[in-house]
Amino acid sequence: MTEISVTVNGETITANVLPRTHLVDFLREELGLTGAHLGCEHGVCGACTVRLDGEIVRGCLVLAVQADGGNVETIEGMSDSGEIADLQQAFIDRNALQCGFCTPGMLIAAQDLLRHGGVPSREEIREHLSGNYCRCTGYHAIVDAVETTAEQREAAR
Amino acid sequence: MSLSPVDLPNSYIGRAMPRPNLARLTQGRGEYVSDLSLPRMLHVVFLRSPYAHAEIVSIDSSEAAKMQGVARIVSGRELAEICSPWIGVLGHLKGLKSAPQHALAVDRACWQGEPVVAILARTRAEAEDAAERIYVDYRELAPVVDAFAAAALGAVPIHADLGDNIAFERKLDAGDVDAAAAASDHVIAQRFVFGRHTGVTLEARSIVADWNRAEQRLTVHVGSQAPHMMQNIIAKHLAIEEQQVRVLTHDVGGSFGIKVHVYAEDMAVAALAKLVGRPVKFFADRLESFVSDIHARDHVVDGRIGVTNEGRITFFEIDDITGIGPYSVYPRTSAVEANQVVNLVGGNYAVPNYRARTRVVFQNKTPMSQYRAVGHPIACSVTEGLVDLAARAIGMDVVELRRRNLYADDAYPCTAASGITFEGLSHHASLDKLLAMMDVPKLREDQAQARARGIHRGIGFASFIEITNPGPAFYGVGGARISSQDGASVKLDATGSVTVQSSITEQGQGSAAIIAQVTATAIGVPIERVRVILGDTDNTPYGGGTWASRGAGIGGEAAFQAGRALRCNLLTVAAAILQSTHEKLDIRQGVVVDAADGRERLELSELARIAYFRPDTLPRDMQTELMATRHYVPRDYAFAFTNGIQASYLEVDVETGFIRLLNHWVVEDCGQPINPLLVDEQVRGGVVQGLGAALFEQCRYDDQGQMINANMADYLVPMAGEMPDIHVGHVITPTAESAIGAKGAGEAGTAGAAACVANAVIGIAGVAGSALTPATPAITPLPYPINRATSALVSTTAFAFTGPNPRISNAASATGSKAASPLRGRFCTR
Repeated sequence: MTEISVTVNGETITANVLPRTHLVDFLREELGLTGAHLGCEHGVCGACTVRLDGEIVRGCLVLAVQADGGNVETIEGMSDSGEIADLQQAFIDRNALQCGFCTPGMLIAAQDLLRHGGVPSREEIREHLSGNYCRCTGYHAIVDAVETTAEQREAAR
Repeated sequence: MSLSPVDLPNSYIGRAMPRPNLARLTQGRGEYVSDLSLPRMLHVVFLRSPYAHAEIVSIDSSEAAKMQGVARIVSGRELAEICSPWIGVLGHLKGLKSAPQHALAVDRACWQGEPVVAILARTRAEAEDAAERIYVDYRELAPVVDAFAAAALGAVPIHADLGDNIAFERKLDAGDVDAAAAASDHVIAQRFVFGRHTGVTLEARSIVADWNRAEQRLTVHVGSQAPHMMQNIIAKHLAIEEQQVRVLTHDVGGSFGIKVHVYAEDMAVAALAKLVGRPVKFFADRLESFVSDIHARDHVVDGRIGVTNEGRITFFEIDDITGIGPYSVYPRTSAVEANQVVNLVGGNYAVPNYRARTRVVFQNKTPMSQYRAVGHPIACSVTEGLVDLAARAIGMDVVELRRRNLYADDAYPCTAASGITFEGLSHHASLDKLLAMMDVPKLREDQAQARARGIHRGIGFASFIEITNPGPAFYGVGGARISSQDGASVKLDATGSVTVQSSITEQGQGSAAIIAQVTATAIGVPIERVRVILGDTDNTPYGGGTWASRGAGIGGEAAFQAGRALRCNLLTVAAAILQSTHEKLDIRQGVVVDAADGRERLELSELARIAYFRPDTLPRDMQTELMATRHYVPRDYAFAFTNGIQASYLEVDVETGFIRLLNHWVVEDCGQPINPLLVDEQVRGGVVQGLGAALFEQCRYDDQGQMINANMADYLVPMAGEMPDIHVGHVITPTAESAIGAKGAGEAGTAGAAACVANAVIGIAGVAGSALTPATPAITPLPYPINRATSALVSTTAFAFTGPNPRISNAASATGSKAASPLRGRFCTR
């Protein structure tokens, strides 16, 4: 066991973890943050996407010990803070999710694009989300929701 | 009822509106079975057969049993003592046979990935550690891999008791195909090869079972589409009463038919929970999903079409073969896809002459069964591919040939050559709408301009029919205890809100939304006041669940009828309170009003208060019934067929063979849409699954029956960057069978997407000035092998490539064995 200290959604957590524990397993099993999902566990599907020190990472490719001293943000924290409330509402309005399993990762990846400002083209949105697999929607509605949010944020700027 | 549902005041039927259950999913507050953790819970890991076919000589788990966290290690023989085996057959699929299948392999493993040993430990990681220290001595047996080889005379049967590897064979001969062929100006034959692919639900299969010894009751949390079916089957094979089993589905992370079957792991987990008396959890990892989730398709179809120079299609003929793995899947079997291929081919065209054969064969690969749009993409690709080839043969525009042969919109009701019956379809109206959406002249102009710049763009069409709202003809008549009826209970709560319990389930389609919409409409309450309960056998009426595009059409109708019944009861009470009559009152937006002028008379909350707390103020002979239950099953037609048409616009890089999808259009007719927003997204999602089959997805096997791309890096799925925008339009032909008039919409997108992509590719060859003039248009294999696939198109020696991609060699061998087919020749022009 290795002791780590991580800030998760603004709270400082000290925990003992096995060195082989992945960040996403630590979040889900130790902290009960089940919003990050396990889709493939080999870095392809994006369902476990979280933010580590401001950058999006795949929770299945990062070890919990690698997050020691870091700042982790999950869908739960980003929901509580209201950071992506508009994006979440756009997803709801546009039915940009069906089963919802990809949605937390998709939202975090989309927010990563939107944080850069401006209104990306549909191609740019598709490209940015190409690491996040959605089996239900066919992506069109997701692109619409992200585009709408970008336009709204740009208009409010 | 004089008013149609959409005409009623305050109707939510037909209204595009957001689903009520989405906010929590966007906030990471979903409750998927994979999230579930119970006190004292054990995790199970399955040690799986590394061989496609092997005898299990011995299992040594002594070292593993001593490892940290390990609670129990169970072999197939031990588990068979408390969980009986099953055989996946249906009585109405005459001659269908299969062998007994166990939860864990007993003595012999029949596919690579079949579970052999169960390891129960405190954590999944500890169970995996222990699995590495279990030593199974296998004696390898010769695997049967290729479907043709499996079916060949003298092939060694996988199950000796069955005599051969033919699980099921069906022949159909309608009209006079030989005479029709003789009367044709052209008879065109083409082989179509469809790869094996799978569902890749983003949440892999997950189940938690908990046997409570004190209550003698098993609670099963499972991401399933059919909880009552699971309840029945788990009870049956554990030899307990159905009442001793409660099944809850929770949120389900994608299903698409993958989660409608009974898996060996499901039965093993239920049995293990009973064995150890503790909750047991199985959450498949992605690698084992690829070799244990059911696979689908894997058909080779030799097709033939006849056509006259005037553009009359004279006949269709198919000879289909499909490999289903070593067992027919329980309880829905693995013969339904092939059966539906036979039913569906040519079914959109008024062509009375049709001959078909299908053979369903055992092989040592992962079991195959029903996945979204069962049989439809095969039938559609074959039918529409043949129609395009026929158009080319007579030099007629592909749209024009369709116009001349599709069933007329006033031809209904009618029966197709295969015997399927149509209540009412709209092929021509759909085609017209599609063409209007596409602006074909502009596309043709763009295509010509691109061609002048050396860019090859193609347009392809695919008309389709779709099976929805299945009645008992699907499974019930075959002896499977799978309900074809669904039920709903609707209750007015004490505050005037409404709770609906429905037997359909939610996997993201929007079941909860449509149940809320029809119920709110039926009663006359604001939708915000309706709460929906699904997916719990203890708390919902008995029913089938959500699959085969039946949720809205059957479950929705049951909820509508229950809502109408409750409304009637409410008006009876209101009439007594208001000293009025039932007929003079109506319920609108949660208020009892005068029907004539809409004047508000009584809030439903007040009605509920009186009924529940002051019944003493009501007439002595009035017992209020503020809960109503209704069930529904369609009876006039075996299925509610729907129809539609799709088109694809794409670009082929003739240097690399890479295909870029530029645009996609769909017009579908699902009857009365309850929520058009949800219908559109069902269609779009379905299209992309069909495009995956056309371009990316294939479970690749070597000749030893090893799946060689069983991970998400090597098994390609469609991602956002590769997919086009998808334009969806509707024609509405409601079914007259039900009050709400809804048919299904879940299969439409998948049914036709691959076919129109293939037709767009071969359509390029028809563009004036095209360099692409192949002797053999390569409609298949699907998926097109990326980067070199459409080299088949530009080459005059189709499939003659070197390279590592086994998709190519598969196709070559399929072509090579064509001589054995009863259908001969291609472009046999008379």
